[in-house]
Amino acid sequence: MANTQSMCTSFMGELMTATHNFGVAPIRAATTADTFKAALYFASATINASTTAYSTTGEVTNTSGTGYTAGGVTITNGTAPIATNSSTTAGVAYWTPTASFSWSALTVTTAFDTVLIYNSTQSNKAVSVHTFGSQTITAGTFTLTMPSNTTTTGLLRLATT
Amino acid sequence: MIVTTTKGDMDDSLLEHRSGEVDNDNEFTTWTEYWLDGELVHRSVHVTLKKMPVFAGAEAASF
Repeated sequence: MANTQSMCTSFMGELMTATHNFGVAPIRAATTADTFKAALYFASATINASTTAYSTTGEVTNTSGTGYTAGGVTITNGTAPIATNSSTTAGVAYWTPTASFSWSALTVTTAFDTVLIYNSTQSNKAVSVHTFGSQTITAGTFTLTMPSNTTTTGLLRLATT
Repeated sequence: MIVTTTKGDMDDSLLEHRSGEVDNDNEFTTWTEYWLDGELVHRSVHVTLKKMPVFAGAEAASF
């Protein structure tokens, strides 16, 4: 046997479940999973890696009707993060919502192209930004289908290389 | 088939139907439109994301 330097894959998975704390962390009221949400943003907004929390600035608003509610939709979180070793030096921790994000009876005629995933339990702190081709919706439905929850396609992945 | 439109529910036989898709490295998107006398009265979109944000690069420092 030999020893191999590496970030531990289990650690990456545990980052996703708030097991480790190297600094100042929020006091958790429960051990249950947080509530995550998905909000849509207009193509004219500025949502990127520097985004730290959900904001209504640039968020999609209804052109007519009430199909979109500020704050977006609650994400279905039916599967806990998984951490998998691919070798002695590499591994992946990943997580994917277990249902699509969907808005129906929606009319938004200003182009939007981004969804922000954020943690509504922890002061709406930002998690990830996902972009797609600009879209408008007229008296219709907008659906974002989740990728397969695997080491290579999961929606959120932390990986050593 | 009844379609929800800006004019209320309408039979699709009264409407012009257009649809299309975008398939690239980032997404697979399909869209469906219904038009009435040159006016867009329904548009729905279904996006499947393919390319996720990259978090790769974590490593442990050497001594």
